Amino acid sequence: MDLTRTPEEEDFRARLRTWLARELPTLPPRPDPLDWPARRAYDMDWQHRLHRAGYAGLHWPRDAGGQGATPTQHLIFLEETEAAGAPYVGAGFVGLLHAGPTIAAEGTPEQRARWLPPILRGDQVWCQGFSEPDAGSDLASLRTRAVRDGDHYVVTGSKIWTSHAEVADWCELLVRTDPDAPRHRGLTWLALPMDAPGVTVRPLRTLAGSTEFAEVFLDEVRVPVTHRVGDENDGWRVTMVTLSFERGTAFVGEVVACRRTLRLLAQHARKTGRWDDAVLRRRLGRLNAEFTALWRLIQWNVSEAAHGLRNGGTGVPAENGSLFKLRYSHARQELYEVAAAALGPDALDLTQEWTRERLSSLSYTIAAGTSQIQHTILAERVLGLPKGR
Amino acid sequence: MDFRLTDDQEALRRGMRQLLDRRFGPTALHQAADPLAHHAPSEDLARLWRQLGEAGLFSLRADESAGGVGLGLPEAVLVFEEAGRALLPGPLVATHLAGGWGLVPGAAEGRAVVTAMDAGPPSSGLTSPPAGAVPDNTLVEHLEAADAVLVVGDGEVRLLETTGSDLDETVKDSEQADNLPAAAPVRSVDPLSPLHRVTDRPSPGSRTAAENRQGGLRNGLQGRRRGVEGMRKGLEEGAAREVGEGLGERLPTVDADVLRREAGVLTAAQQLGSAHRTLELAVGYAREREQFGRPIGTFQAVQHLCAGMLVRAETARSAVYAAAATREDEEMCAAKLLADEAATSNARDCLQVFGGMGFTWEAEVHLHLKRAWLRAEQWVTSVAAEEKLATALL
Repeated sequence: MDLTRTPEEEDFRARLRTWLARELPTLPPRPDPLDWPARRAYDMDWQHRLHRAGYAGLHWPRDAGGQGATPTQHLIFLEETEAAGAPYVGAGFVGLLHAGPTIAAEGTPEQRARWLPPILRGDQVWCQGFSEPDAGSDLASLRTRAVRDGDHYVVTGSKIWTSHAEVADWCELLVRTDPDAPRHRGLTWLALPMDAPGVTVRPLRTLAGSTEFAEVFLDEVRVPVTHRVGDENDGWRVTMVTLSFERGTAFVGEVVACRRTLRLLAQHARKTGRWDDAVLRRRLGRLNAEFTALWRLIQWNVSEAAHGLRNGGTGVPAENGSLFKLRYSHARQELYEVAAAALGPDALDLTQEWTRERLSSLSYTIAAGTSQIQHTILAERVLGLPKGR
Repeated sequence: MDFRLTDDQEALRRGMRQLLDRRFGPTALHQAADPLAHHAPSEDLARLWRQLGEAGLFSLRADESAGGVGLGLPEAVLVFEEAGRALLPGPLVATHLAGGWGLVPGAAEGRAVVTAMDAGPPSSGLTSPPAGAVPDNTLVEHLEAADAVLVVGDGEVRLLETTGSDLDETVKDSEQADNLPAAAPVRSVDPLSPLHRVTDRPSPGSRTAAENRQGGLRNGLQGRRRGVEGMRKGLEEGAAREVGEGLGERLPTVDADVLRREAGVLTAAQQLGSAHRTLELAVGYAREREQFGRPIGTFQAVQHLCAGMLVRAETARSAVYAAAATREDEEMCAAKLLADEAATSNARDCLQVFGGMGFTWEAEVHLHLKRAWLRAEQWVTSVAAEEKLATALL
């Protein structure tokens, strides 16, 4: 139960702070949120800078080109960069957090050498082609087909909820190679070049009015067999291996940001006089407890992950992530409900940042596994309740 | 940073669980709560108390030089979590604090039972009592069994000894008798936590804990009697010295805020243990109970209730452990708020999973719910915690 930092951890934090203080003032102005090429350029510029300073792939293993940092150092990195107002991982998200680690864990030496360095340098953007219109929570029912034709797969189908598809170079694609095998056993993981003939991207407009993600249509797209990571029909396992790469740090930056928003909200309420409303005040107080606890839960998960790694494991059990994600996504929605209460009629004004955040927050209990799916995971895998239907 | 429990901490927790399984397992709990049983609760409590004292529950944090174990708040939290899981009755927190801080002779060893009264600054919206006074309508648990009452006030800690039969006349004849706080029994919602309502104010001349310590304290187990009409301040110097001498050396200064914070964390720890216990009960029942030809645990409606209980309990755990490790006021408020919620809501959901059985006296769950309600009213209530946490944002 030790929450103090070691001298090494303090030293890491101090060096990072110094670097951030020097680097951040030299950043270009933030791009228009609707200008995707500009966003890509901005995000990749930040990744270039991290790479030059030795912070790229901080939590990746050294043999994959990463820094081999401890989970605690990674936590400090995310905490400090968010606190300093540094850019988010943005367009680098899939490459750095999922596709890259998958290739690092399951790829051949040639595949690692080809795809990992450009991800770390910020030269190439990856997107994710897992979900389909008819395969959401039930991902293993996906139907996009890949048929072997010589040294190529011919891929036909459609993917949905693909972030950064318009500006991505590569897509990590989950396809069905054996339609006769049991659902989880007929899938294969492929790296799809987004400029291949037959790939069509159609942006999807969210309820917030922006185009945060897209539908990707695949019409007889030819993908070389050498782009397959892992064995044919072993794609489900390959994909899940990476999910355990998560070290409990997935939402660190967001929780730091939420705690800052909460303080701003309290100050705003004080200024406008809404602070005198005891109901609003108590909701703010409860949220403070909520995010304080969520921060401690992150530290708990990171400690577990660090222990696991020291003993040859990969990271935190996915169930810990489910528990955190469940509580966090509801807390974040409540945060913007309270923000609306603090704003009063201004909550109807779309130029208010908190109004826009309130809209975005509606996706938290849906994206990356709905709250209902997380409940089921916890009930079956942690509590050991018999499988339902 | 390594937030996980150390091997020693794991062993301590395991040891406490084993001890409680032996001394106060589900059968003992059931018997203790039996309204028809012929037993004297305070006699049982006194015996259990001595056993817990021997196990070090009350001396856990006292210095080794004073015969204690010399451990910290995180270790105490683990032990209290187990106490909450077993639903151990009695004023554990107050006795532990009195033992750990060397406030009452015999408390550390389990020979004296100490209860407490929170007479601190009220949360906003409530009227503040006069300085040094006990707020009206304050409830005190286990007063009859207690030898002393720790009054944790606004910036000061006082100590009152409960009335002994041999002292009654003295009190009655005393010119200050009218000013002493009196206590009237309340029909407690929790069958294992007798309550008294304090209906009067203490004497303005009550001595502070520090003053009492200088005079020492009589071993409260002697001359104590059940059926307390009032509480008595201080005690006779002569009788006090016999035991008081030995304690004169190690007398730490007690800060009321520190005491209240520790009480909040340890109470939250008990709530945490209870929240995990009701989760365990609900899951066990959902696996076994069959309806529509299969265990009710296969139904998502039931599964999701249980998963929600797990999330509450684990979120509360990280808050309670962090409060123990950091000892910060804000962390304590968060811990108490979330642990209260986890204990009360988990008991409610457990009751729901048990269906009709959950509504019976026989099922353990109502005892958890009632104790959770009681603990939620102690030390830091949700109103106070939320107000404090809100103000901390400014």
